[in-house]
Amino acid sequence: MEKHRICAAFSAAFPYTTPILAGFVFLGIAYGIYMNSLGFSAIYPILMSLTIFAGSMEFVAANLLLGSFQPMNALLLTLMVNGRHLFYGLSMLEKYKRLGKKKHYLIFGLCDESYAINSTVKIPDHVDKGWFMVFVTLLNHLYWVLGSAIGGIFGSIIQFNTEGIEFVMTALFVVIFVDQWMKEKKQEIAIIGLGVSIFSLIIFGGQNFILPSMAGILIVLTVLKRPLEKRGAISA
Amino acid sequence: MTMTITQQLITIIMIVLGTMLTRFFPFIVFPPNKTTPRYIQYLGEVLSLAALALLVVYCFKDVGFLTGSHGFPEIISVAVVILLHVWKGKMLLSIAGGTLFYMLLVQNIF
Repeated sequence: MEKHRICAAFSAAFPYTTPILAGFVFLGIAYGIYMNSLGFSAIYPILMSLTIFAGSMEFVAANLLLGSFQPMNALLLTLMVNGRHLFYGLSMLEKYKRLGKKKHYLIFGLCDESYAINSTVKIPDHVDKGWFMVFVTLLNHLYWVLGSAIGGIFGSIIQFNTEGIEFVMTALFVVIFVDQWMKEKKQEIAIIGLGVSIFSLIIFGGQNFILPSMAGILIVLTVLKRPLEKRGAISA
Repeated sequence: MTMTITQQLITIIMIVLGTMLTRFFPFIVFPPNKTTPRYIQYLGEVLSLAALALLVVYCFKDVGFLTGSHGFPEIISVAVVILLHVWKGKMLLSIAGGTLFYMLLVQNIF
């Protein structure tokens, strides 16, 4: 019975992860090749993808490893680059409640893509929600490590024109965003998120816009709490 | 490489630690057995979509809108993804279609 439930959750979760299979294997390969070109052996990208599991930070980490030894600097930079995870955590507090041990792995693997799927997919009633989310996270984790390993090991051999395939990630997020836009009466919130982020991207630039975006989004959503609740944009 | 293996390991551990801090922090501060404050519940509800919006913008952080191809391939391809998705509503078709279109653009035109 338990086995059947787990299989059902896997079959339900896998299709949602297929775009990420394409994206992560490719990005992972790119990451592995990049590490290879910097002179790191394959164990580095494999180990880092297993333990860090945060794509953009792993690219930054490569540069940190080439510089001088500044552990505190590395920690602070990580907190800044990955600060957006705080948002994900806050919005998954309810969903990850009451999941026992699964919760620890789900939080460990709360990367952008796992978050985007687990926070938005309406899991069918007959499917175990905990196992569904674990499989989404686990498959993504697996794809990412697999890609990094391929890139790190065969880095210098792979040759075909994959330029532009990284767009698969953008396409995934846009599709999920459009789904949410059409499904829910939350357009105001979507516009606030887009508006504040674009504004701070223009002002602060690509390297520094995440923290100001988060602060701006928090401020605007806090100021507009009452009007948003009144308009029924949220259930509270 | 200027670092020793140990120093490299410590650096990687710091990065793992930092990443885990950002992921676990909300769950440590607001444990399930205690009632989460109303304001935080509200944030949890509205942030999911706002964070998704931030994620979409995040994908464009390295696109140079004032230089090179001025972000044209990205903008056109996102439009293709949106149109495909509104038209057919098939997730994989929208993603694959948009990505192939983008690859064609950047490899052959821009």
